[in-house]
Amino acid sequence: MNQLLMTVAKRLGLGLFTLLIISMVIFLAVEMLPGDIATEILGQMATPEAVAAIRQELGLDQPIVSRYFDWLSGLLTGDLGQSLATGQPVLELLDDRLINTLYLAGTAALISVPLALGLGVIAALYRNTLVDRAVSMFTLSAISMPEFFIAYVLILFISVQLGWIPSMSKVDADQSLLERLQLTILPAITLTFVTCAHMMRMTRAAIINLLSSPYIEMAYLKGLGPWRIIVHHTLPNAWAPIVNVIVMNLAYLITGVVVVEVVFVYPGLGQLMVDSVAKRDLPVVQAASMIFAATYILLNLIADVVSIVSNPRLLHPK
Amino acid sequence: MTDSKHLDQHARNGMLSRRGFMKSAAALGIVSATAGAFALPAFGSTPSPSPKRGGHFRLGLSRGSTTDSLDPARFSDVFMQSVGFAIYNYLTEVTPEGELIGELAESWEPAPDAARWAFKLRKGITFHNGKPLEAADVVATFNHHRGEKSQSAAKGIVDPIESIETDGTHTVIFNLKAANADFPAITSDYHMAIMPATDGKVDPNAGIGTGGYILEKLEPGVEAVVTRNPDYWKSGRAWFDKVSFLAITDAAARTNALRTGQIDAMDRVDLKTVNLLKMDPNLSINNVDSDQIYYFAMDTQAKPFNDNNVRLALKHAIDRQDIVDRVLKGYGRLANDQPIGASYLNYADLPQRQYDPDKARHYLKKAGYNSLSVDLSTSDAVFTGAVDAAVIYREHAAKAGIDINVKREPADGYWENVWMKRPWSMSYSSPRGTADWFFSQFFAEDANWNDTNWQNERFNTLLKAARAELDAGKRQEMYAEMQALVHNQGGWVAPAFSAYVSAATKAVGHGKIATNRDMDGNRIAERWWFEG
Repeated sequence: MNQLLMTVAKRLGLGLFTLLIISMVIFLAVEMLPGDIATEILGQMATPEAVAAIRQELGLDQPIVSRYFDWLSGLLTGDLGQSLATGQPVLELLDDRLINTLYLAGTAALISVPLALGLGVIAALYRNTLVDRAVSMFTLSAISMPEFFIAYVLILFISVQLGWIPSMSKVDADQSLLERLQLTILPAITLTFVTCAHMMRMTRAAIINLLSSPYIEMAYLKGLGPWRIIVHHTLPNAWAPIVNVIVMNLAYLITGVVVVEVVFVYPGLGQLMVDSVAKRDLPVVQAASMIFAATYILLNLIADVVSIVSNPRLLHPK
Repeated sequence: MTDSKHLDQHARNGMLSRRGFMKSAAALGIVSATAGAFALPAFGSTPSPSPKRGGHFRLGLSRGSTTDSLDPARFSDVFMQSVGFAIYNYLTEVTPEGELIGELAESWEPAPDAARWAFKLRKGITFHNGKPLEAADVVATFNHHRGEKSQSAAKGIVDPIESIETDGTHTVIFNLKAANADFPAITSDYHMAIMPATDGKVDPNAGIGTGGYILEKLEPGVEAVVTRNPDYWKSGRAWFDKVSFLAITDAAARTNALRTGQIDAMDRVDLKTVNLLKMDPNLSINNVDSDQIYYFAMDTQAKPFNDNNVRLALKHAIDRQDIVDRVLKGYGRLANDQPIGASYLNYADLPQRQYDPDKARHYLKKAGYNSLSVDLSTSDAVFTGAVDAAVIYREHAAKAGIDINVKREPADGYWENVWMKRPWSMSYSSPRGTADWFFSQFFAEDANWNDTNWQNERFNTLLKAARAELDAGKRQEMYAEMQALVHNQGGWVAPAFSAYVSAATKAVGHGKIATNRDMDGNRIAERWWFEG
């Protein structure tokens, strides 16, 4: 167990280092984009004097290295800075939107992960039958359709024609959990369509892969039923690859859903990130990318821990 | 004096168009002294269907962004502009008929010539925080956009102001660098929202104005909520109890929200599906003719565009009707290679330039070319369908032996890196209040956005002379000549004026919709109402 804690600590340290590198890369990348907050905010109406005045006020005329370290030292003292565009504290901008994004990702995961695992197990159990083919065909078709298309189809039938759920998922902090759930359900279903196939196929493949191993054959010979074999004997050994895929999809649900946000008018982090990049609002871009990067790092860490715990051989290396 | 009274009476009765009024007024030598009289008919007369007070109006708008700011100096698009016109008032206002009337200004007059303007403010108006409106607030507001340190997008507009002073508590005097008979128009610009001053400075992010609604909250990129100002000084305006402005970027999402009753009105209907939307019996589509112009700007100092024959060849090589039909789906009008459209007071009805490949070839030959190959930079950042318009133009020009190489540039950073940087790029412009305003910003030798790098001596002389000229007839002649100069020698190939196409449910009522800016001159919250 000590070994495991050591691994986790080491990975966390590495993760922090990765975050540092990422913050530099993002800073540089935004810097390299043509224009800055001054030119982007004034747009077609920019005059050289007004651009220069904004740059001076926001300290954009300082060299890039000193601006980066200003930002970094702020971050280390827990100060994410202020949005260059609105002057609002970045924390304030992020806070509601981060909760919204996590809420949507959570709802989508609660639907799609059990569904994908269940379908994967069923497909493995009835492999190469009509059921297996139907499951694969359905999920693969779903993933092949662009998410905005799925979203529009859902809106057309469920919102416009049946009128069950509003087409706009405008959640805000004053709504009850239930209201929020109702508004989040359509985007969550859309995301389920998009993420299900990947996880389901991996579950199926990992289980089928193990079904040919000798210990499973032994289990058959003992006279165990197929359900018991798969759920009790195969699945525990198949966790490692499955969890990795689940984690990748969870990370996607948090970081990559801007299209779904736009179609459902859902106020999440994605739109904030896109707008901030478009206006070169560096502190907001930095903060959002730190959240996204940390999401990937943490989720991957969790995946590794689960793999290690589920495999005693990794837990006790020689 | 009897003439003047008579004219005034006509104005009050609304019997006189702005153009007619200005012409006769100028003939009497009273250009602006009585212009304030227009204030009465506009506020006093109620539009034909009788509006009802109350309700929560939800307006879905494109172009809201998480970087939106309450500072009017940073307003750039219809979302914040519409919020701005709900919470703020301006010195002057453009009516749906296109007249310039007083808003916070009761009247204005040149004092004594057009290089010095005195604005008299209405008395008894208070800001949302209870502070009474005074001349010092107006001075502080304009200074927010002026000066060395100004960060305002409107800096270019207030450039002509030399200094501002107060005369008593309710008179503001603008000293201009040079005479300008059209100066009052720029005080209606959406950046010039009057804010309260403390110690000579405004707090632009406070969101406090004198407008019909009080800001409740602004969540940038999501929504803004305003509630009715119970002490609003105008009668017959600001009908709703509450207005929500919702940022809905996606046109399909806006349409669905409107059809399912989550919003009451929306801007920018998707022209590709507008015919389907028309079939919904609960909705009405508002097709508002505007002088918003789409154009291709050639750098007149760069080869080959420095030869006017090349410019004329390119102007004859575009089928404008085809652009209106296919890119604007018919929601627009032909433009005529110059920016002043029919809504302007000094519009000159020049003969429409036609698509004529033979003529284009003729001018090309005159310039010494048998065939010509040019790059045209464009992007959908300019307007939806800009790239399509460029490609269609390419087909038209090919028939005249001109090869237009359409270069699609990234939408991101287009205004910074492409427009005014490449020799030939696409752009658009909203209408400005007056011909002088437009020309001063885009065609004068020292214009901030002289995107064709145009240096025309005759034009520049006329522009300066017209500003100081108070005789309406002479001004009209001068502006007509300027329009002809731009039309014949300028660097704009302008195919079309686009319409503002919006939609609303039938429960929403409104009077004549203004054409000067989108969403009823951005004043939808103040002017519209729910039918009883």
